This record gives sequence, structure tokens and C-alpha cells, in this order.
Amino acid sequence: MFTLIGNVFKNLRSKYATRLYPYEVRESFTGSRGKLEIDPNICIYCGICAKRCPANAITVSRKPDKTWTLDPYRCIVCSYCIEVCPKKCLHMNPKHRSQE
Amino acid sequence: MAKNTIIPFGPQHPVLPEPIQLRLVLDEERVVSAIPVVGYVHRGLEKLAEQKDFLQDTFLIERICGICSFIHSLTYSMGIESMMGLTPPPRAQYLRVIWSELHRMHSHLLAVGLLADAFGFENLFMQLWRTREHIMDAMEATTGARVMLGTCCPGGVRKDIDPELLKFILTTLVTVEKEMDEQMPVLLNDYSVKQRLCGVGILDKQVAYERGAVGPTARASGIAMDLRTHGYAAYGELDVEPMVETDGDCYARTKVRVRELYQSMNIVRKAIGQIPSGPINVPFKTKPDGEVIMRAEQPRGEVLYYLKGNGSDMLERLRVRTPTFANIPPVLAMLAGCELADVGVIVISIDPCISCTER
Repeated sequence: MFTLIGNVFKNLRSKYATRLYPYEVRESFTGSRGKLEIDPNICIYCGICAKRCPANAITVSRKPDKTWTLDPYRCIVCSYCIEVCPKKCLHMNPKHRSQE
Repeated sequence: MAKNTIIPFGPQHPVLPEPIQLRLVLDEERVVSAIPVVGYVHRGLEKLAEQKDFLQDTFLIERICGICSFIHSLTYSMGIESMMGLTPPPRAQYLRVIWSELHRMHSHLLAVGLLADAFGFENLFMQLWRTREHIMDAMEATTGARVMLGTCCPGGVRKDIDPELLKFILTTLVTVEKEMDEQMPVLLNDYSVKQRLCGVGILDKQVAYERGAVGPTARASGIAMDLRTHGYAAYGELDVEPMVETDGDCYARTKVRVRELYQSMNIVRKAIGQIPSGPINVPFKTKPDGEVIMRAEQPRGEVLYYLKGNGSDMLERLRVRTPTFANIPPVLAMLAGCELADVGVIVISIDPCISCTER
């Protein structure tokens, strides 16, 4: 009946398993898919990313101005756009979007 | 003669992680029968899948379930590959096994944790979920995401695991095994736990077979049925044996999951030891055409996909039969004649996934 009692004492001596988020933020893994970013200097605004995006989160227009817009609330952070980008101007930042 | 009372169990109930309602027909404290009411989390994903192309569907299909997402995309990809006559490279098959088994482990730890919560053992629940976090970390390190891995695609996988990360998975498994060795004896041998699980919600082998039980629910009733033994992906080279118990009660279902946790750990170790080098996907230019039925073993049991393509980018029909759907008739048989206080434990013992079921 007291099989977990040793574990209870161990937990009392050890560190917390949780963090005081948002004051203490966990380090992201190197390959984490945090948030999508673009290098506008390389982008040719071809619109392939917008066409392939499974969540319709990207809008690209060439007229009147060249714009690339991401709706972060629609983005499912799947990286499919990064794979299909012919100029490799998209990349994934391992840090997740902060709560601001 | 006493009149029967009907009380609603769910859709919002402390033991239910997802919304399903069971209308319990009671004779005093004893359940006479249960009437399931589903439809609270229907999202129309099958219809949506017909409006997206078959490569975008891989990401959509993953979102059918928040627990066994990878195995959904794996089954879907295997179906598309079968229609297009593709054979993924051996390395991709091994990577699929590694991620599938990591998913099975985190799902089983979640399930037994929720069960511990259902019978009031909050400490054990927290411990099991803490252990589960190590596996989530292994998945995030190897794929970039904790649950929606997004790595499986028709023709193979999107991402490789480099040798350092394979070592990281092995180190994680050592930690997980050490922690599980402390927790699992509590789950299986504790007096109070046994009082709540042994002899509760018995599902006879014949009833399990007739009602079409799948996965750990069927295996706990003595049916040796595990699709991994059919050898899809790289399972054929990894000698998978179904974990079978014969008692058919909540304790047997828990025991099957615990044994499968250790089994999955061994499969991952073996897969990492045997993984061949080489490409991780095959290029293709064809479109899916024809009809196919594809099955795979999810943590909760057998999932069945029906896919119909017409040679275009869009699929004509996509239909999913999820394991929880198959396990609802057996759980109704378990509930008939049980005590009202045991309903929560019995329902959780099949590890219900309602978002899967309703899609």
C-alpha cells in the first residue's frame, strides 16, 4: 500500500518538474518548429508557398506591391512551405512565438 | 418494482478527457445498460480532405487525433503508396517504426496516467505524465514538434534522424525505463489499485470478438490480434509478438498497456540498432488512382483507412474507421451490470479517443 512512498520523499528532495513560465522559458531544441520567418531580400514572390500551404495561412501578392503575409493564427507550423520554396527564403525559427 | 433511472455521464465529466455522453440506465446503483451519444467534436475532416490535395492531406490527417497523429499519417501514406505502387526505402520504413513506437509509448503512458487519475491516484498520474514528457522531448528533438510530427509523407519520410539524435532517443529510453520500473509495480501491485481494477468491467473473449473489439481491449480479453505482426513498415524485421492477457477486466487492459510500453521500448532499441543507411523517400510524379483499404495498429487498436482516388490531385473519398469507434460496442457490454462508481474507470480503461472517432 505504501509502494510509492519512497518516490514521494524523492520528489520532496528533488527539483520541480515544472517551470515558472513565462519567467523561466525552456530552451528550444535545435530543430524545433517554432515560428516561420522569411528573408524578403531573397523572396521572388512566386506564391508557391501560399498555394501549397495546407492551412491557407500565407498570402502572396505581386500587384500593386509585392507582399508576403503570414497569418500566425492559421499557421500549423508544418514546414511544408519551406520544403517547396524554390529560393529557400523561408526558414523556421526554433523559438516559439512569445505571448505578447 | 423499482423504476429505472437514466442519468447522463458526460459530455463534461472529470474522468473524460474528451466529450462523449453515456446515458446510463440505472437500477439503484447498478447500471442496466448504457446509451452512447456522440457528435460533440465532429469537425468534418473527411469532407475537408476531399478539398485539399493528397499531399496537403498528410498534415490534415495527422490532426484527426492529438495522440496517435503519426500513425494516422503513416496509414494514410501507406494507402497512397499502395495506390501509386510506391515502395518507401528501408531507412524510411525504420524511421516510421521508431516514431510510431514513440507515439505508442506516449499514448500508453497518457492512458494509464488518466486511468490512475480516474481511480483517484493523483500522485501516480503526475509521475506517469512526467515520464511521458521525456518521450515528448525525444519527438521534439527528432522532428521539431511534440505531437504533430509532420514527418510522414507518401513515398517515405520528410526528415531523417542523425546518429546523435538516435543516441539521444536511446538515452531517453534509459531514463524512461528507470522511471517506469519505479512506477509500474505501483500500478500493477498496489492494493488499492487492484481493488479498483481487478474483476471490474469484464469483457468475455467471445463478446469481445462478436462486438469487434480492437487493440489492447481485445488483447486483454485473450484475442491475439496485433496488426504489427502483419509486418507493415519495418515491423516484419523486428519480431513483434502480441501482448495477450485473458482476464478481460480493467486490470488486464492496464497490464497489456504496461507490457506494450516495455515492448515498444525494445522495438525502438532494435530498430535503432538495425536501421540501414540510404535515402529516406522516393520521388514520384503519379497521382493516386483507384481504391484502397489500409490498416495499421494504433495505440488504441486497429485503424482502417478507405481511400479513393481518381488520378487527380484531390481524393474522391477518404474514410477513417478509428479504434475507439470499434471499442464503443464492447464498452457498452462491459458497462451492463457494473456499479455506477466503476463507470469512469471502465470507460477510461479502453482509452477512448473521441476526436478520432468523430473526426
